[in-house]
Parts: sequence; C-alpha cells; structure tokens
Amino acid sequence: MAAQVFAFIPHANSRIDDAAPELAAAAARLFPGAAVTALVAGDGAGLEGVCAEAGRFFAEVWKFAHPDLAYPNAEILRPLLARVLPRGAVVLFPHNTLAMDLAPGLSVKLDAAYLPDIVALEGIEGTLLRGVRQEFNGQVSTHVACDLAGGAVITLRSGCFPAAGELPAAGRVVDRSADVTGTAARRRFLEVVAAEVGDVDITKEDVLVSVGRGIGDKENLPVAEELAEALGAVVSCSRPVVDAKWLDKSRQVGTSGKTVKPKVYLALGISGSFQHMGGIKGNPFIVAVNKNPKAPIFQVAQVGVVADLLEFAPVLAEAVRKAR
Amino acid sequence: MNILVCVKRVPDTAENEIEVRPDGTDIRREDLVYSVNEWDNYAVEEAIQIAERTGGTVTVATVGSADDEEVVRREMAMGAQQGLMLTDPAFEGSDGRGIAEILRAAVARGSYDLVLCGAQADDGAGQVGGMLAALLDWPYASLVNRIEVLEGKKLRIGREIEGGNQELSEIELPCVLSIQTGINEPRYVGIRGIRKVASVEIPVLGAADLGIDSARVGRAACRVRKLDYFVPPAGAGAEILQGSPEEIAARLVDLLKAKGGLK
Amino acid sequence: MEPALVPPAAATLSGIPARLIFLLVPLLGIGLFARIIRRRLEPLRRAAPDDRFNRWGERLAAVFRLWLAQARQPRYFLAGVLHIVVFFGFLILAARSLELVVLGFVEGFVLPGFGGAFGAAYRALKDIAATAVLVAVVILAVRRLVFRPARYAVPARYGKDHTPEAILVLGLIATLLVSEGIFEASLLAAERQLGRETHALLPLTLPWAFARLLSSAPREALQALHLAAYAVHDFAFFFFLCFLPFGKHFHVVTSLFNVFFMRLDPGTVKPVRHGVGDEELDRLESFGVKRFEDFTWKHMLDFYSCADCGRCSDRCPANRVGRPLSPRFISIKARDLCFRRYPVRGPIAAATEPLIGGIYAEDEIWSCTTCGACEEECPLGIEYIDKMVDLRRGMVDDGLVPQSLQKPLAALEKRGNPWGKMEKKRGDWTLGVGEGCRVKLFEKGEEAEALYFVDSITSYDDRMQKIAQAAARVFCAAGVDFGILGKDEKDSGHEVRRFGEEMLFQSLKEHNTEAIRATGARWIVTTDPHAYNALRKDYAGLPPVRHASEVILEALRAGRLALAPAGDGVRTCVYHDPCYLGRHNRLYEPPRQVIDLLPGLRRVEMEGDCRDRSFCCGGGGLMLFYEPEEEMRMGVVRVKMAKAAGAELIVAACPFCLVNLEDAIKVAGLEGELEAVDLCELVDRCLARAGGRSTANGQGGTA
Repeated sequence: MAAQVFAFIPHANSRIDDAAPELAAAAARLFPGAAVTALVAGDGAGLEGVCAEAGRFFAEVWKFAHPDLAYPNAEILRPLLARVLPRGAVVLFPHNTLAMDLAPGLSVKLDAAYLPDIVALEGIEGTLLRGVRQEFNGQVSTHVACDLAGGAVITLRSGCFPAAGELPAAGRVVDRSADVTGTAARRRFLEVVAAEVGDVDITKEDVLVSVGRGIGDKENLPVAEELAEALGAVVSCSRPVVDAKWLDKSRQVGTSGKTVKPKVYLALGISGSFQHMGGIKGNPFIVAVNKNPKAPIFQVAQVGVVADLLEFAPVLAEAVRKAR
Repeated sequence: MNILVCVKRVPDTAENEIEVRPDGTDIRREDLVYSVNEWDNYAVEEAIQIAERTGGTVTVATVGSADDEEVVRREMAMGAQQGLMLTDPAFEGSDGRGIAEILRAAVARGSYDLVLCGAQADDGAGQVGGMLAALLDWPYASLVNRIEVLEGKKLRIGREIEGGNQELSEIELPCVLSIQTGINEPRYVGIRGIRKVASVEIPVLGAADLGIDSARVGRAACRVRKLDYFVPPAGAGAEILQGSPEEIAARLVDLLKAKGGLK
Repeated sequence: MEPALVPPAAATLSGIPARLIFLLVPLLGIGLFARIIRRRLEPLRRAAPDDRFNRWGERLAAVFRLWLAQARQPRYFLAGVLHIVVFFGFLILAARSLELVVLGFVEGFVLPGFGGAFGAAYRALKDIAATAVLVAVVILAVRRLVFRPARYAVPARYGKDHTPEAILVLGLIATLLVSEGIFEASLLAAERQLGRETHALLPLTLPWAFARLLSSAPREALQALHLAAYAVHDFAFFFFLCFLPFGKHFHVVTSLFNVFFMRLDPGTVKPVRHGVGDEELDRLESFGVKRFEDFTWKHMLDFYSCADCGRCSDRCPANRVGRPLSPRFISIKARDLCFRRYPVRGPIAAATEPLIGGIYAEDEIWSCTTCGACEEECPLGIEYIDKMVDLRRGMVDDGLVPQSLQKPLAALEKRGNPWGKMEKKRGDWTLGVGEGCRVKLFEKGEEAEALYFVDSITSYDDRMQKIAQAAARVFCAAGVDFGILGKDEKDSGHEVRRFGEEMLFQSLKEHNTEAIRATGARWIVTTDPHAYNALRKDYAGLPPVRHASEVILEALRAGRLALAPAGDGVRTCVYHDPCYLGRHNRLYEPPRQVIDLLPGLRRVEMEGDCRDRSFCCGGGGLMLFYEPEEEMRMGVVRVKMAKAAGAELIVAACPFCLVNLEDAIKVAGLEGELEAVDLCELVDRCLARAGGRSTANGQGGTA
C-alpha cells in the first residue's frame, strides 16, 4: 500500500541517534521504494549537521528549528507533529524514553494505530502490518497485526533491525521551522540531573558484565571494568563480591540483591547459585566464563567459555574494541 | 488533591516460566497466580503519599471483570479511599486505545487533579497513560520517578531517562503521569489489611454508566490485535566455545552483536 | 550493764533524741520507695496482658535455679563468681541491715531468733559475707575502671557510658559494709577498753580489722564514730533503696519477679495478644507493638530488670557481625524511654512518637535471626524474641516491610513458598532420589506410617534438594514407611510468623494442619529444624514430630543401617548446632551420636561456641531475603570457628545452615580446606559405600 512514511530522528551532541539507520532499514523493508521522510527537531548551530547526517539515510529531511525545541519536549513535539503530519501517515520512532513520552498520545492525536516496541517486522498484507512484540520480559513473543488504514505510530526496539546503508544521493533538507507555533507547553523542561558515579542502576542496564568470586581480589576488578567499558556495559556482581566489600551492594544481582533484566549477561567467575540466578529475569543471553566446566552456570547459560576470567576477559575486551 | 490511579491485574510471573498453549492462542494460565502490576503498585503508593501530604483522596480504578476486583481491594488496603470497577462485556478485548477511552470516561465522571498509571506492565505496551492524557487533552509525562507538589497547581517531576539520568520538569495540573518503579518504597499489604477492606463496596460502572459508545471499545474497535503467542527458540545448556582465546573472543563478539550486547 | 557506748537509739543530737531521726529516716525512705515503686508499676498497669500466673511449680523451680542458685552466672566466670559473692552477701547482710535500722529507735534490738548460738553463727557469717563482698566490690571497681571489659562499652549511638552509675553503686555498697563494720567494731573496742568480755571476731574480717585499728582510740572518738557509722549506714541504706529503681540496679528488686515470670518454653512465639485466640484475631484493631504501652507487663518488667551486664549482646551474632542490633540496648533504650515518659514526679507524658523511628530503627528490628543466644545467656530471664516478633508485627501492620521481604511474603501468600515457584513442582526433588527408593505421595492417595515434611527450601532449592534426596534414601534404607505431601505442602511459616506476618502464618498453618491430618500419618519427620520447631511449637493437634537425626539414630542403634566409611582415612568433623534444633529444642545429642556412630570420622567441638552457645549461621527462611548492614557474615565467623577447631568437615542438620555455611566457606576462602555437609548427606554417603539401600520404601521395610 502506498503510505507516507516518516521516521523521527532523535539526536544529541549534534549527532543523530544510532537508531536512525535501523529506522531507515525497517521502513525500507515495510515500504520498499517509498521515500521516507526524517523528522528532525531541535535548535542551534549543530542542527544543520544533524539534518545532513539524517539525509544520508532518508530521501527527505524535515527540519524543525526553534529555541523551545533545544531540548526535546514531548508536550511541544506532539501537537507539532499532529499538525504537520498528513492523515494516514506511518511514523516510526526508536523505542526510547522520548518515544514513550511522545508516541502514545501522538497516535491518539493522529487517530492512528499505535504499535510500540516492535522487535521484528514481517511485512504487510493489505492494510495489515504484521510485527513481533515481546511480553513478560521477553519470555514469550506475540505476532501482532496492526491496521494501517488510519495510519500508525510504530516504535522499534533498538538493536533489533540491521542498520541500513547510506542512500546513493543525500536526502533533501526541508526547513519546516515556520510550522513551529504555539510552543507554550504545559510541561516545562528544567534540567537533566546526571546519574552520579557509583549510582549505577544495574536493574535498568541492557548489558551486564557480572563478576563472582572468580575475580579473586579487588585488585582484579579493572579486568571486568575494562570489558564493561568496551561493551558499553556496567559491572554487576554476585553476593560474595559484595560481602568481600569489593563492590557496592547496589551492584549485587540475586534474590538478596537486585533483580536485573538485561538483554545480555556476561557471568565471569560466577558459579551460578540459586540465589544469584534468582536475580536474573527476562531471559537474557547469558555468556558464562568459568574455570570449572561443571559450574552450574553453564546449564543456564547459552554460551560458555571454560577459562580463567582473568586471562580471557582482557582478550575479549580487546576483540570488542576492535569490532567497534 | 484528588488522585485517580489506574491499575491492572497481571499474571505474577517473577519466578516461573511462561508457557504458551499448544494452539498459540494464549499463554498457559492454569498454573498462574495474579497480582497487581508492579508499576501500578508504585503509582498507588505515590498517590497515597501525595494525599497524605496535601490532603485529598485516592481512587483506584481498573478495567476488567469480577476477577480483577482483588487488585483494587488490595490497593485500597494500602490506603486508597475509593475503588472503581469499570466492567462491561463491551469492554472485553479492548486494545490500549480502548482502555484509554474507558478510563477517559471514568476520569470525566469524577473531579481529579491528577491521574497516575504504571509506566508499563509485563503483558502490556506502556501506552495507556499517554493515550489517556491525549484523550483528556491533559499534559503527560512518562517514567516519572519523582513528584513534588508545588504552589499554583503545578508539580515538579523527574523522569528516568537513558543512562540512569533524571530529567526534571514542571508540569501543570491536571495531568497524567506514568510512574516508574523505584519512585518510592510501597508499603506492605498482608492478608489482614485486605480483610479490613473486604466489606467495602466497590462501585461497578458499565458502558452505559460511563456514557461510552460501545463502538469505540472492545475487540471490534481494536486497531492492533495479537495474532498468537510463541516462544522464541532457545538452546538448552551452554554451547561451550572451543578454540584459542582469540578465536573464542572473535566468535563471542559476533554473538554479542547479534544479541544486542554490542551496538 | 550499761553498754560501753551510748547506742543510737539513746543518743541525743543538740538535745533532740536521735531515735526520732533514726525513726524518721526509715519511715521517709520506705515511704519514698513505695511511692517510686507505685509509679514504676504504672506502665505495667497500662501494658498489654501477659499470661504468666500459671505453672507455679515450674516457675518456682526457675527461681531456684536462676535466681537463688545463680545458675547462669558462672557462664562468664569471673564476673559470675563475683556476682554470686555479692548476691549471697546481700542475702546474708539483709538481716543485719534490717536489725541495724531498727536499732536506731529500739535499744538493744535483736531480730527474732537471732539470739543465742544461731545469732553468734550469723554474726560470724555476716562478717565473712561483708568482707567477701567488699573484696568483690573492689575487684569489680578495678575491672570497671581499669580493665573495662568490652561488653560494658556503650556505643555513642546508644547513649552515654554507664560506668559512673556502676561506680556509684559499688561505692554505696562499700559504704554500707564499712559503716556496718565500724559501727560494730567501735562498740567492741570500747567494751574491750573497759575490760569486758566480748564475742570473738573472726580474724581478717572487716569488724576484726576495724576493732584492731580502734583498740586504743579514745572513748569519745569511739562514741562519735559509733554514732556516725550508724547514721551513715542508715542514710546510705535508704538512699540505696530509693536509688535502685532509677537504673540498672533496679534488678536487685525486680530480678526475683522477672525470673519467676520468665518464659518457660523456648522456641515458642507469644500470641498476638494474650486472651485473644487465633480465630478472633480479626477483631483486633492493631497488631503488635507500636507504642511503648503495647508491650506486655512482663516485657516492661524485663526492661526494669536489665542489669546491663552485656552478656546478651556479647553472644548476639547480629551484634558480633556489626548489624545494627544490640539486644542489651533494646532493653535499655526502652527503659530510658519509660523513665522519661513516666517520671517519678510530674505528669505522665503522652505517647507521642512510635517506637520504630523513635528509639528503635527498622533495620535494628529486622536484624534479629531469633537464634535465642541472648535469652539463653541472660542471667535473669529477660526475653527478646517475643519482643522482636511483636515489634515486627507492628511494622507489618503498618506496612513497614523492606521491599526485599515483600516479594517472598507475597509469593508465600500466593504459592506457599517464598520464591513463587509452582506448587506442582514441590515434589520434583523426588525424581533425583534414584533407584531402590520410592517416595510415596500422599497427594496421590498413597498411605504411609510417617510423613516427611520437607518444607520450602529443601523442596525447591537445587542444592538443598540433595538433603531431601539423601534423607529419603536413608529413610528407605532404615525401613521407614514414609511419604510426602507434595503439592499439598506449603511453607511451614516458621519465619513468616517470626517476621511478624501472623495472619499469613495462620493461613499457612491452617492449610498444612488440614493436609497433614488428612494423610493419617502416625508421626512426622523433618530435616529442617525450622519446620520441626514450627510443627512442634507453633502448630497444634498434629502427630508427634521428630527430627531426622532422631530417626537415624534409632535406626543406627537398631542395626538397620549398614555403614562403611565415606572416604579413605579419618576425617575430622565438627557439628554445628542449628539454633532451632539446639537452643530452641534442646536436641544436642542425637546428631552428635549419629556422627559418632559413622565410621571414618573423628568429631571435635567448637568449644565455647557449641550446644546452647552455638553461633547462628546467619538465619533461615525469610532472613535469606533480608540484607542487613553488616561488617561480616555470621556464617564466615562460624566457619572460621570450625576451622579453628581443626575441622575439615562442618556438619549441619539444617538446610539454612548449609546454605549459609557453604556460602561462607567461599567467602572465607576456605574452599578445599573445609566442607559443609548435612547430617543426612553424611549418613547417605556412608550408606552408598556400603551398598545399603536394599529396601524400597514401604516394600519390605522393617518399620
């Protein structure tokens, strides 16, 4: 079916979000040949560059520049998008905290269907789009069908779609800043309070590098920290590590510690006790590194490496850095 | 401040594997136990704390059948003064938009300054709060992890955003907020608390009471439908990687990429 | 014959007869004391009821053992012996003090029956007593001031040091002893100066020393000393009496009553409110202790009776590992609060602040493992577990439950186990029992003589299932005809109750009681001391309950189990007494006897930390889910004790002990040096080598 397809492109520090090429790929898969329009809102000198960057993946880029858009405020963006987007449009978002703010209400304002947190798209039959969502922390998946007749707002889980390559020709940037009117929102952005160092919330992390007694000594923690840094992950641990006061209690995974729901869990030198595994939910991809081939962690892990973590983790960290 | 909290009864799946029925139409529910959605519980606690500080009442509402009454009663045992059951055969099978329509009608019947929802549910899509706000044309914020009541019908709120950072803003009342876990420490409710409110009448409102056009709710009005459930294939036991440390590391990097551990 | 010195009752002071003063002092002193005591009784009158006016024989026996015989004092040897000296000195000197008081207004007064030979013997005895007490007082003062045993220290968060009060009281006691000695010695010296016969004084006693010192003193000086000593004794005596109810020396008055009314049944938990049955709990407005007046009168008497000796806290594992709990200050903080709220003069202050958040912190109250070490140690029968449970009941009622405990509690409510595992999987551990032993399932309608109550952790935890499997094999080999409830079993609720969730406990209890009775089993066996204690002490109307160690011991003695050494050589093992098997149920011997009957083992003890002084592993049940602030884990302290005792094997008889000890071995870095094992597993290992599983359950067994 012919639909007007849009992709909302978040950006920070004058760079487009990593998800942008994924949205382009998803749009191309659903609507082969359609010209997809990127929506870029913001302010300041870096916005031009952002639009140009978006143009590498999208045929057209609508630029909305306004001082009140310097920080993305869903209460300003939602009415703006509801006004400028045509009826029946299909709008893609990366599923992030801005989309969670903005997208459900936008679907109402556009009177469109809302299909959030999609992990796979299977195609369109008639006006019905088939996709895959997850429920119960990823323990089960569902096929969902969404009627595109009235348009749709779709958010896509990051990392689930391969990134699209760049377009042969750079997309056209259209300045729609004149459409930005009436930005007196009922919600006013104040500031972002950065998470304190040592105030890491392991329960919200997608990737955890978790260490157990196998780390041996507090001195060895940098081995895990380097791997975590390479992966963009956070270090968590099992109870003995907290007991030894090598890491703060806030890092402990287990029934007596935190319950975590990562996507990927690297268990380094963790035997995999009942108490520890009880703190891991949501069916993550578990990689176990342990010297002991009989460690129970290998029964619950998807992938195992029988090795001393102190030797293996640096090798893996190096491989990860190279792959980036 | 009068606060409405929208809650949902969900399968309590913390410790047990969810299994899909052989025909794929649903998950196996016969061995499941149910409880209030965790995020909603935080929302109720927050509402009670706000009401304790500023006065006013807390009402807990759910869209569902008689089975769902237990969660309303549980939240009343926590300290919510009123319960509200939104029950009608016409509501069955509603998608998120349909639920939001029903709640909108419930909000319109009362005089609420603030509506709280849980940010998400294990079997949901984190959508109802945002849709409800849009239907009411009230301002909205999701993933709220801090609420401070200000003078002049305003709140200062914090939202939990990427990287564990907190986004602070001011929002005008009335508004809808979806609450993130960790905003407070919900109080414990035991059997005794529930028995204390066992005989309190909980009003039940149907489509006619709420003035809802049945065409806008229920299965027929769904724009999004669940076709089936399935379990993504997973291997049993760890595949032990063989080779030199470098070879294993290279293989792992590929796997991590595929699983979202390396973006 | 005129006495050599004018006695107090005949003296005049500036023309006023001294007997008036010496009559007035006791009258005022006793009047004041009575008034203070009346005031001290006021909170007890407002307190919650407590059912202690019963079982007179047992209570008198407790008084004899703990109060009169001072049975627990020598557990701390030096302090204990010194206390015994002072205690008996006081008892002996009480008669003399009474006599002295009356002598102030009745000339030549002698207590009835204290004339003649008995009187002479008594005089000698009281002189010895006074001298011994004085020596004890000096040693006690030196200890307090110079050696300062660590257990007397008052951490800053609990208030100021109690040494000044202790020293003041020691000084008062010394004053009484010395003044009595001088009073008597001055008269004797004067009599001897007149060349009269006097009764002989035992050498080296106080009056003997004073009499020698004063032998050549002028008559006037002796007269003055005689009266002054009397006056000092009289005033000091009544000052001491009225001072007692203001601090830790109130125990001099209250200890007799406190021991008389003490808790007689270890392992039990008090009802929510005495006089309110389990079925009527719903009508109670509030649960547990929230305000001071919610304590029972006996618990208030406990606060009055605490002598601040610090033994409870010294033995408390929570205190030892740096958790924010010191049982001694549970008492002292409550006493301080009580004295503030109920001053001797002035109006009674209304209860303003709740106890939690006031004198107690939430973490303080959750830190207790209910191991009972404090109660075992207290020389005067102060109880703590019931107070902890009552305070927790209050917190649960107010919703003040740590998040980490809310999930297991909710899971217990919904699924009957703290992990929320499915009921139908409760019996899955039986799949690992192996050939030759079939575990019967009552849920499937099978019948058996005995019911094995497994409880949650042993049913569901991968590691602890091995205990159940080992126990099942041993029972089979011993020919025990047994079955399990399977999905019909729910958590025994032992910790649920001790964590203050009484209503949840009641519902678990009702369910299990019904399920157990429906089996028709004639007796119950458990491998979990918590379940054992719950079924025995918290439940009612069940068949007899036995711990696996008793059943195994019987089978071993009857020769029904063929054993072989589990390994080569002789291994040194130590038995760790689980709190709920040992202290709370006094089952110290059967597990030891079982070990001693196993080949290839040499058993040692953790001397000083075994049997009723066993050190808690860290706590069971819900305690696994609670994360207190602590400097070290209890289990680590414990495995180090085992290591120090020279053990290679630490034998537990409780799944929670095993969890904690196994973790602790890892944390302490003792892997490979020390192994933790359950008693059933140990027996099973010996069986396995002997090939002793010949009998399948209920199919040819001898039971």
